[in-house]
Amino acid sequence: MRRRRLLLRGLPALLCTAGAVYGFASAPAPAQPGAGGARAAGSAQAGRRLFLQGCASCHGDDARGIPSKAPSLHGAGAAAADFYLSTGRMPLENPQDQPRKSDPVYDRAQIDDLVAYVGSLGAGPPIPEVRPARGVLSEGLRAFTDSCAGCHQVVGRGGIATSVRVPDLLSASPKTIGEAVRVGPYVMPSFGEKQIDAPTLDSIARYLRYVRHPQDRGGWGIGHIGPIPEGMVTWLLALAALVLAIRFIGERTTE
Amino acid sequence: MSGLRRALTAIGRFAAFVLLFLIGRRRRGRPGRVSDEPPPVPGPHEREVPSGRRAETLVAAMLVVCGLCGGAFVALYFAYDDTQLLGLSLGLAFAALAAALVVAGKAVIPQETYTEEREDFGDEEVREEIESLVHEGGEGLSRRGMLLAAGGVAATGLGAAVVWPVASLGPSVGDRIRKTPWRAGRYLVDAEDRRILVDDLDVGSFMLAFPEGADKELLGSSINIVRLRPQELDLPRERAGWAVEGVVAYSRICTHAGCAVSLFRYPTYERTSSAPALVCPCHYSTFDPRRACKVVFGPAGRPLPQLPLRMDAARHLLAAGGYSGPPGPAYPRVRLQ
Repeated sequence: MRRRRLLLRGLPALLCTAGAVYGFASAPAPAQPGAGGARAAGSAQAGRRLFLQGCASCHGDDARGIPSKAPSLHGAGAAAADFYLSTGRMPLENPQDQPRKSDPVYDRAQIDDLVAYVGSLGAGPPIPEVRPARGVLSEGLRAFTDSCAGCHQVVGRGGIATSVRVPDLLSASPKTIGEAVRVGPYVMPSFGEKQIDAPTLDSIARYLRYVRHPQDRGGWGIGHIGPIPEGMVTWLLALAALVLAIRFIGERTTE
Repeated sequence: MSGLRRALTAIGRFAAFVLLFLIGRRRRGRPGRVSDEPPPVPGPHEREVPSGRRAETLVAAMLVVCGLCGGAFVALYFAYDDTQLLGLSLGLAFAALAAALVVAGKAVIPQETYTEEREDFGDEEVREEIESLVHEGGEGLSRRGMLLAAGGVAATGLGAAVVWPVASLGPSVGDRIRKTPWRAGRYLVDAEDRRILVDDLDVGSFMLAFPEGADKELLGSSINIVRLRPQELDLPRERAGWAVEGVVAYSRICTHAGCAVSLFRYPTYERTSSAPALVCPCHYSTFDPRRACKVVFGPAGRPLPQLPLRMDAARHLLAAGGYSGPPGPAYPRVRLQ
């Protein structure tokens, strides 16, 4: 938990650094081929090589998909590639499984290469820029409740919907949240700019940062997972009250 | 996860505490193992006829409260349609009745401890005995008339509250369930009353919409609009023109119990996941938006009513007519396919 928080605090700084390097690289300064370091944009050729090693067995050599195994990636877009790879959802061991969040298989530079390759295959949603600091918490709550909480639960703890396990959103980075909203991974619907605009997306990301440690004004949060533990508490308290009431009304005989 | 574990531990501890408390009470309540004297029997052995005028007044007051609450239910049934107030009035009526019965049993009826003999109840003598016992039950009541009248008030109020809702089932309902704000030429608007363009929706997305200028709270108002690929639509032939570039509209109210159908799934790759569906979060009734919202899973008995759509020159969405059936929960037409 602490490591994740550290990572999150470090992320803006990292992005700034990446931005600075990108700015430097795109300035008319003498380019240094093979300089390495932080890369803002990967190489599509390197991505193609990685694709052939790790992805082509399901998505096909030409990335047009293999029926009953995997969809075509032409038009999938950079946001989809970045979402699936940087959350460890791809590569998938068994193509029939639901992709689950895990440790990414590729490092950041390799992911950038793969993203560049998939992005070059055809237009798709670009990687959105999400800035939680600009969001409004109350607006985030409203938008999240309207569009997301039905499956992801109102404080982002996830759960189960028909035929899928819904992931929790507690460790998702703002960028991941933005990509998922625009792409609609697995069976999630996608939400375009007209439905959830960029400021609303910022607010949703801000709300999701808040729900990691929400203020429990009602007292005990009971794990924030909703009606089942709350119901258990109610049952135990109500049952105890009922037993006490019965003991008061009734009388005990020894026979 | 640690929060959940902590919560479960706390609940477990609480349950163990309650259990130990109850067991402890029971142990202490039992008589000693070795004792020559007969165990003490609670309650009076001799017949005690109470002369509790205050208790009688209390019982009468409770019964009147019960009657008044029942009456309030009938009044509220006409005046407001707030189910919470209806529930409150009926709940208070039963609570007052229960309280009246508890107090009457403790302080108005004669108190005596009886031991039931196991005998043949077909016996004439026993029957007479029981009848006389029942008659003696009213002994010592100084204001029998008042209690009977109060009981009558309670019975009338509660009886009326139980019988009256039958009015909702009668022929007076008529065509009301089919009336909705939707008619041909009515624009679709979002929650902020902005008209909706076909292009506001990407393929695989859905949104909530309402009729322009109508009350959003009406059962027939809210709809889900879904955008699918035009070639994947499989609507009945007579509804072929009801979609606009793959955009279809269905009532948002589940045909099972009237919840809002607020979940939508749209697979990235259907062959390794599941088909597109509108899902009700209450009991997981699942509807196929490609095939006119046919029920594919769950307790709903009939498809979600579909709203025919068209678009104007500026590509705004508007209704081309009314629903394909009455919107709302199933009781008007259970299991109608």
